[in-house]
Amino acid sequence: MDFSLDEDQLSMVEATRRFLESEYDYARRGDPVDAAKSAARWAELAAMGLLGVPIAARWGGAGQGMVELALLAREMGRCHAGEGVMASVVLGARLLQQAGDEAQCQAWLPRLVAGQARLALAHAEPGSRHDITQVGTRATAHAGGWVLSGHKSLVIAGGQADALLVLARTAGGTHDRAGLSLFLVPRDADGLRVQDFQTLDGRRAAHLQLQAVKVPASSLVGPLHDAMALLEPAIDAATIWCCAEAAGAMDALIGTTTEYLQNRKQFGLPLARFQVLQHRMADCMIAMEQAESMAYAAAVVFDQAPREMHRRVIATAKVLGAQAGQQIGEAAIQLHGAMGMTDECRVGHYAKLLMTLGLLFGDAHHHTRWYAENGLDWSAVETHAPPEPKARAQADAALAS
Amino acid sequence: MKFEYAEADRAFAQEVRDFVRQALPDDIRRKVRQGLRLERSDYQRWHVLLNERGWGAPHWPVEHGGTGWTAMQRYIFGEETLVAHAPRVVNAGISLVGPMLIAFGSAQQKERFLPGIRDSSTWWAQGYSEPDSGSDLASLRTRAVRDGSDFIVSGHKIWTSYAHFADMIFCLVRTNPDVKAQMGISMLLIDARAPGVTVRPIRMLEGGTDLNEVFFDEVRVPGANLVGEIDMGWTYAKHTLNNERTGIAGVAACKQQLQRLKSLVANHGLKGDAILCGRIAALEMQAMALEYMGLKIYSANRVTRTTEAAPSILKVRGTELRQDIYALMVQVAGPEAVPFVPEAFDDGYAGETASLPDSMGLAANYLDARKLSLYGGANEVQRNLIAKALFTS
Repeated sequence: MDFSLDEDQLSMVEATRRFLESEYDYARRGDPVDAAKSAARWAELAAMGLLGVPIAARWGGAGQGMVELALLAREMGRCHAGEGVMASVVLGARLLQQAGDEAQCQAWLPRLVAGQARLALAHAEPGSRHDITQVGTRATAHAGGWVLSGHKSLVIAGGQADALLVLARTAGGTHDRAGLSLFLVPRDADGLRVQDFQTLDGRRAAHLQLQAVKVPASSLVGPLHDAMALLEPAIDAATIWCCAEAAGAMDALIGTTTEYLQNRKQFGLPLARFQVLQHRMADCMIAMEQAESMAYAAAVVFDQAPREMHRRVIATAKVLGAQAGQQIGEAAIQLHGAMGMTDECRVGHYAKLLMTLGLLFGDAHHHTRWYAENGLDWSAVETHAPPEPKARAQADAALAS
Repeated sequence: MKFEYAEADRAFAQEVRDFVRQALPDDIRRKVRQGLRLERSDYQRWHVLLNERGWGAPHWPVEHGGTGWTAMQRYIFGEETLVAHAPRVVNAGISLVGPMLIAFGSAQQKERFLPGIRDSSTWWAQGYSEPDSGSDLASLRTRAVRDGSDFIVSGHKIWTSYAHFADMIFCLVRTNPDVKAQMGISMLLIDARAPGVTVRPIRMLEGGTDLNEVFFDEVRVPGANLVGEIDMGWTYAKHTLNNERTGIAGVAACKQQLQRLKSLVANHGLKGDAILCGRIAALEMQAMALEYMGLKIYSANRVTRTTEAAPSILKVRGTELRQDIYALMVQVAGPEAVPFVPEAFDDGYAGETASLPDSMGLAANYLDARKLSLYGGANEVQRNLIAKALFTS
């Protein structure tokens, strides 16, 4: 694999960094942002073309892949500036572009790219943890349309979306892979209650309650009963986004902590002179290098490698990302002393961002377990015959003598 | 970013793979594969073949027989040769002495020594560490005193790899005790069979004898064997150390040992052990991350906070991961790892092994792997270097 960046990628990274560094005042990073400020930033991102990265040119986007999204995610992570791009662009617009019909794409994609509308994906349910097939929300055919009832949980940026892509069961039982369908439900639909709340990383998410929400037949996105084939790659893309965003947050924390250790003096010396602290930083650096390399590797594999390769690499990226995020978050707080535990210091805000990114779309435990159960390749194992009885008898005799 | 290497790199990897498959003698491949001890002649035979292909000294300057490869090509070469069970390059002449003489040696030294290094007919050992000078190498005390145009050398070197094979030893010696430690050190090329040189093998805890003590008792060394300027040896040694980075991550070794680990698990009927499988999965994921990290570090235009410490990062992670894999293998073998027959590593050993075939020698492998975090600069020193790069970035 070749990780070098081409000219376009380098200039995209540079332009994004310049914008984010100036727009996101360091001292405020991670603080909740009011709706007006958030809307203004969203318009800026649209103006820079960053809301259309994976969207085809015919809808006004740049037609790029996961690699470019990962580069964008890392820059956003560095400045604690996710701003719901993952929710609306990586999960919402990307999914609609793949599964939606011409009319749906025409109605939404140009507006999403232009920053005039937002989407969010409502797939999880209370108690489903990381099992995306566990769906109890039902969609029932009624009068030429559909009626949706049930609960959705932790819809990222759901309260800020103009419409929600709701995963509902159209056939089968609660844990079946088959029988799931995706519906586009307007935010203001009758019977939809949205409970908007703040998350650990200072952003927004929502729980949904759907009580006999009526939508027309044209709200179905993609094939009936077979949403899982769409959803899994979409979740993979969001997972890679989280890994890359986390890599950016790690870089920010390592940078801040390095600077702090150089400036802070105790026992008459800069803390950077104490070897025990040097070694902790060295380990953080190694962990970040691995996590960042894996995030990019997963993006490259997602774009360019056969589908059967994806799961192992993405699981590994998420495990390494979640573990490194925890390691670096904890180290940054510890090395900043009590100051690192204050709300004023930005270290804790980045640590909370890393916690959130580590937990979404499967934590380290979840993906390690998947790898252990499904990812280990035993096909090249060299088996040997059990020891011959004769050899055993000889050994017994030798022992006895 | 591309899934495949650049086309040229992919073709190069294939070229290396094809060459090793066709050129590496079967008996050597078998020994490396089984972890058996290699003889001096095994290393030399392989190096002669590499040399004939023009790959005997990839990192040397092109005009002296180097290949002019990119960092990525050197990385690929190191990994591909290991995957194919080729012996590591352990003759320090190729890795260290050649580049040093090319950079700092006299015309006469180059003429005299380089041909024998290139064709591997001369075996060189590195005389650096001393009983009281390990990581703090600059404190070394082996003395060289002028006697006319010659030097008289007295002292004690230790952990000298393959000194029992050696024709020559390149030594750091103290020539000026009155200045700052690093300033009073010179580099001498010493005939390993000169009167007064005694090589004593050190038996290691796993049974191996690749390391030695070397004693110098008033050994006379011609002045012509001084490299460069007097008292400048430390500079030459440091410059030369940066030269040798081939195969530093050990990705291929990790993959081979993970395969061995899984075979062991299967043969012990433990594939259904969920906790064990979780630990194997964790190690495999680490190995994947190590591999991609190595490739990213050596890809163009990927500058990080610690780019100059990249070899240290790969060394620390790669060696500690291999140690973790060996440790888990011993646990899987369980009581099978208790029988301990070091002689079974000698080629042609015909006695009882007392263990199942794939458990034989596991404990010795695990113990031997303790050296990984010690040699080539202890991992603690590597962490110092990573931190130094970070704090000066």
